[in-house]
Amino acid sequence: MKLKLLASIAISLLLARWRQTLVAAVGVTFSITMFIALLSFMSGLNAMLDGLIINRTAHIRLYNEIQPSSFQPIEHYGPLENGHHFIRSIKPKNDRMGIYNSAAIMETLKHDKRVMGVAPKITTQVFYNVGATDLAGVINGIDVDAETKLFSFKDYVVQGNYIDLKNTPNSIVLGKGAAEKMLVQLGDVIQISTPKGEQFQLKVVGFFQSGLQEIDKVQSYCSMQTTQKILGESNTFMSDIQMKLVDINMAPAMAKEYHKVFGIEAVDIQTANSQFETGTKVRTLISYVVGITLLIVAGFGIYNILNMMIYEKMDSIAILKATGFSGKDVNAIFIAIALSIGVFGGLLGLLFGFGLTALIDQIPFNTSALPTIKTYPVDYSMSYYIIASIFSVFTTYLAGFLPARKASRIDPVIIIRGK
Amino acid sequence: MGKAILEAKGISKFFHDPNTIKVLDGISFTLEKGEFVSITGKSGCGKSTLLYILSTMDTDYEGDLFIDGQSMRNRKEKELARVRNAQIGFVFQFHYLLNEFNVLRNVMLPGLKLGVLSEEEIEHAAINKLKILGIENEALKMPNQLSGGQKQRVAIARALINDPLIIMGDEPTGNLDKKNSEIVFDIFQELATNYQQSLLIVTHDQEFAARTKRIIEMEDGRIIN
Repeated sequence: MKLKLLASIAISLLLARWRQTLVAAVGVTFSITMFIALLSFMSGLNAMLDGLIINRTAHIRLYNEIQPSSFQPIEHYGPLENGHHFIRSIKPKNDRMGIYNSAAIMETLKHDKRVMGVAPKITTQVFYNVGATDLAGVINGIDVDAETKLFSFKDYVVQGNYIDLKNTPNSIVLGKGAAEKMLVQLGDVIQISTPKGEQFQLKVVGFFQSGLQEIDKVQSYCSMQTTQKILGESNTFMSDIQMKLVDINMAPAMAKEYHKVFGIEAVDIQTANSQFETGTKVRTLISYVVGITLLIVAGFGIYNILNMMIYEKMDSIAILKATGFSGKDVNAIFIAIALSIGVFGGLLGLLFGFGLTALIDQIPFNTSALPTIKTYPVDYSMSYYIIASIFSVFTTYLAGFLPARKASRIDPVIIIRGK
Repeated sequence: MGKAILEAKGISKFFHDPNTIKVLDGISFTLEKGEFVSITGKSGCGKSTLLYILSTMDTDYEGDLFIDGQSMRNRKEKELARVRNAQIGFVFQFHYLLNEFNVLRNVMLPGLKLGVLSEEEIEHAAINKLKILGIENEALKMPNQLSGGQKQRVAIARALINDPLIIMGDEPTGNLDKKNSEIVFDIFQELATNYQQSLLIVTHDQEFAARTKRIIEMEDGRIIN
């Protein structure tokens, strides 16, 4: 009853100055719209840029580093009492590239609940034989299914069908840059030679484009089996085990753990790519700052309009107080006015924000660097809408707070007497 | 009669800006139920100041004020608002109707605020009050469509809506022409005689004051008669 009465007074005051009210609401709408569009767009871009790295990088990579032994035979002797040993010019021994006991490690990882997926990999240097010249290159032997599932391999095969790599024996997906240099078409057969001097013929079933030219010039993909054949290794041979985790933030700790458990090198994504996280943070920060600034400006608009309204409605406030409305009631009326501007403007802003985001999503954005992106990337995350609505209510409340307090403190005696 | 509904005991007030001046000096009087009293005096004698203290809107004074036997000192702002809402009706020199609401709604507002009756009952009561004042036909008009005299009558209806103990007026006829002043006075007279309504009216209109039942004359912050 009482709330209804206060609300009806607030509404009629609002409607009495509906033009100013509308301007204030439009200010809020505009700022919320821009806030949402900006953040959605920014974080879409962020996600895309991060995706360039995260999608194609293992959260943890296990591999065998060729390095000198950290334990030298003399150390069996124990610590020396009257001296110290110096060993110079230690060289790594001829160790194999492959991971020992890889099948067992793979099996263990597959059963680890923290691991989302595991993909084996063999990396080897090769030469592409083009007539009389040899071009240096790298072949990645991959498990096509696992690689597609974890690292979106499929998205980067721009010509040909990625699954042919698995189904056609002795096939290769060539990097786009390398293919252009060699002038080969789909279905052509190319010849490569391994570091050990053996020659091998492979059928081109697709072209690969990562967006990074330097990589596309050298890198190619074969299936695990083909690569093992090229290297003359057994079918359990692999040089890397890549994995994606359920929670990327656990990578550093888990990498340490695996290093200890399996006794091989383990590197996590945070250590390998520390730069990209900083960029993401700064971009997000900037968009939040701009968005919040817009809202604060809208808040000042509301503050002004309420202040004006209070000067205009001084008489009405005085008589309300004289006839028994308390300062609290008057305060509630003006807060209600401010909040309804905020809620109404904010709701429209959410709608327009969604519209503008959807519009940005339709704008074509073609770049040779990013073969999978066709339109500007946006992120429709619900959280921006929630933040925006909380902020619109919060800023309008703040904007209404001072004028409402002023109104509640108006002394009816002074007004009524002044006439 | 005989029941005191409003009692002032030694009310004094000072203005401190720029110098301390005593505007009211130990005012004491009693108002009984059904009395029609006017306060007169020259400009600046403190009669409006007294009225605002009596109406609980001004709380900065010395002495004590009893309304319906209850002291109004050291009450919270909210409690005083409640007293004004339920027990005091106001008529000012200017009508102070809310232009955003129609006449009926303006009359209903204090009743809605009081919240004792349902909205329909308040509406019914408001129409009754407008009938007493002979303006029930204007109920659905907006205040700015009415004449000055009609507006003042709406303001009186609003003052009556909660059946207050007392109606206070601050120069209620000050802005009206002879004819409308006459109408307003007759209304007050009728309320006092027919409805046992207590009235306390501040005026400097000697003619108006002369016709009331009791006159309190003030000079320099004191009651002289």
